[in-house]
Amino acid sequence: MAKFDYNDDSVVVIVGSGAGGGTLANELCQKGVKVVVLEAGKRQSSATFINDEWKSFGQLAWTDKRTTSGNWRVAKDFPELPAWICKTVGGTTTHWAGASLRIHEHEFKARTTYGSIDQANLLDWPITLADLQPYYARAEDKMGVTRTNNIPGLPGNNNFKIMYDGATKVGYKNCSTGHMAINSRPRAGRGRCMQLGFCFQGCKSGAKWSTLYTEIPAGEATGKLELRPESHVMRIETNAAGKASSVVYMDADGKQQRQRARVVCVAGNSIETPRLLLLSESSKHPDGLANSSGQVGRNYMRHTTGSVFGVFKEPVHFYRGTVMAGIITDEAEFNPKRGFAGGYEMETISLGLPFAAAFFDPGAWGSDFTYYMDNYANTAGMWIVGEDMPRETNRVTLNHDVKDQVGLPVANVHYDDHPNDIAMRDHAFKQGEAIYAAAGAVKTLRTPPYPSTHNLGTCRMSAKASDGVCNKHGQTFDVPNLFISDGSQFTTSAAENPTLTIVTLAIRQSDYIADQMKRRNI
Amino acid sequence: MPKAIPIAIVVAETFTGSTGDAIPAVSSASSARVSRRHFLQGSVVLTGLLVAGTPIALLAPSRAWAVELSHIDQNQADAIMVLARTLYPHKTLPDAVYALAVKDVDAKATDPKTIDVIKTGVAKLNDAASGKWNDTASLSDAQRTAIVEANQTDPFVLLVRGQCVTSLYNNEMAFAHFGYEGEAFSKGGYVYRGFNDLTWLPNPPADASPPVA
Repeated sequence: MAKFDYNDDSVVVIVGSGAGGGTLANELCQKGVKVVVLEAGKRQSSATFINDEWKSFGQLAWTDKRTTSGNWRVAKDFPELPAWICKTVGGTTTHWAGASLRIHEHEFKARTTYGSIDQANLLDWPITLADLQPYYARAEDKMGVTRTNNIPGLPGNNNFKIMYDGATKVGYKNCSTGHMAINSRPRAGRGRCMQLGFCFQGCKSGAKWSTLYTEIPAGEATGKLELRPESHVMRIETNAAGKASSVVYMDADGKQQRQRARVVCVAGNSIETPRLLLLSESSKHPDGLANSSGQVGRNYMRHTTGSVFGVFKEPVHFYRGTVMAGIITDEAEFNPKRGFAGGYEMETISLGLPFAAAFFDPGAWGSDFTYYMDNYANTAGMWIVGEDMPRETNRVTLNHDVKDQVGLPVANVHYDDHPNDIAMRDHAFKQGEAIYAAAGAVKTLRTPPYPSTHNLGTCRMSAKASDGVCNKHGQTFDVPNLFISDGSQFTTSAAENPTLTIVTLAIRQSDYIADQMKRRNI
Repeated sequence: MPKAIPIAIVVAETFTGSTGDAIPAVSSASSARVSRRHFLQGSVVLTGLLVAGTPIALLAPSRAWAVELSHIDQNQADAIMVLARTLYPHKTLPDAVYALAVKDVDAKATDPKTIDVIKTGVAKLNDAASGKWNDTASLSDAQRTAIVEANQTDPFVLLVRGQCVTSLYNNEMAFAHFGYEGEAFSKGGYVYRGFNDLTWLPNPPADASPPVA
């Protein structure tokens, strides 16, 4: 592993080591670029991951204080936990379920496709599906996505059997075990899926793609990557020329460090990324870094979600095997006849007993609740994930009344459900119930959204500097050597799980950064 | 992880020996009755017996269980036990599991503020129950539920409810009771242990769900 001097101003500093930061780091290293990755969390491994939901949550989740506001139910159920994302090397790629879907062509043109929607801040992406296709192909190959590159699909578990039966009975045509970045057979030095369950707790077999044991060691092997775990970034500094010049962070020993940089890329997920830009205010950037548009932190999206659980007469044991074992994609198509813009996917989900208790119906008690726990072994589950509307008022701001462990204001996450989100969720709940009823469910349960794992849009890309934070390469309009390298770039959320697109954008961004460095533009 | 009941298991003979009289066996797990002894000088202990032949009893090295408490008194411990059963009424879930919630509440009662919340909360429930909250025979389940409903924003009820969510369902006894198998890696996952053993619906076609590769 490389070791760079704090004063080495030729390095690219990347904040975060997840899908965006970890991928970007490796891609740059492969091109010979020197990279320092600052990761707030510790370095775990498949060997240290824990098949225990609460213990694993304590090991991997970002539990630094945050606050919430708005009418979304998460603010009531989990007021200090707006998001279920990770603070660990590999970021949320340790926790994600592996669903790897390309965004649809029409979704990149959300404003054009859906038209003007009241109280929504819709915008077309400055890139198209055609622009991304070659990069999607590279991402799928890198991640080993099933049903691409001649990789077989995964075998479906019991939870999937029920989804498939119900889906076909209600007339859906597109239901399968999907496109998953989980090895259905050994590939790229990693083994085959053991159907462990516990996909959310870090994959102990390493079959699920995570930057922790793919991109990061590959980058380290080049001798160009220095990963510094337990480095809590506090601010990005700029020089007299208005360029990002250094990154200040608290290291593992609680000492403040300043790493000089030629380029800074922020990939801290869509809550910490805008928070860091806002924390980096200065006399030159009084509203925060790269915020001349006023859009930093705005248009926070988290997908329209919810779950439907079905209780059956016979055993299911849905916790056995992959958590997202199958998907129905029929409702992801553009179909305004349903009374809402955008579409949604239905994907199986399972929870272990401890998390079923916490998430089935947060705050509920009494015999209505215990009925579902009593029938835990006979339960099937699906998760709804759909496009939510970007709104200027749904935003990440600094809460100056609450400080984190290094004394900095925490992020407040404000989210109000848009009427379109509510209409979509309602439609999806009904469809999910119909699917389980068709498969023989005796009872179904609508579960409200969990703390957000898909956090998007708070530094969105746009064709214009006036209504976005970064351009189509993730380069901020205000600071040419400052890049947004995670899901914060998303102009709209689309319906698909975002990781594949985050990785795709990171690969594309690495080409651009390396080229711009070569040309001495940055 | 070895299968073990994560609370003190006391060999039955020890009980009879130390107290001189027999422990009344809990004849049915649905019984809310909690047998108790001042087992050690000055400490409060919840005890009971697991029903023979249940999945939990099979896990345990002994059917007798005991939970020792340090901060709350017997009356409070019993009140929390009854409250936990009212909040999360699983008819056949043994008292040994509910006792874990009591133990965890007890562990939190280290500061005067929490002790006060417990004291005030128990008093409130007793007031509503004409002093008979702990007397399982004198109130029906419906009456108890109505009392909790009227007090569901009370800090004590919130404390116990929040504790129950993690204490009741995050232990090996609960796993066995509800049919969850817990840790899977050391057993090789489920690829050869039933991840797709459901037979009461037809199998999806191979293009939707290919065989194990």
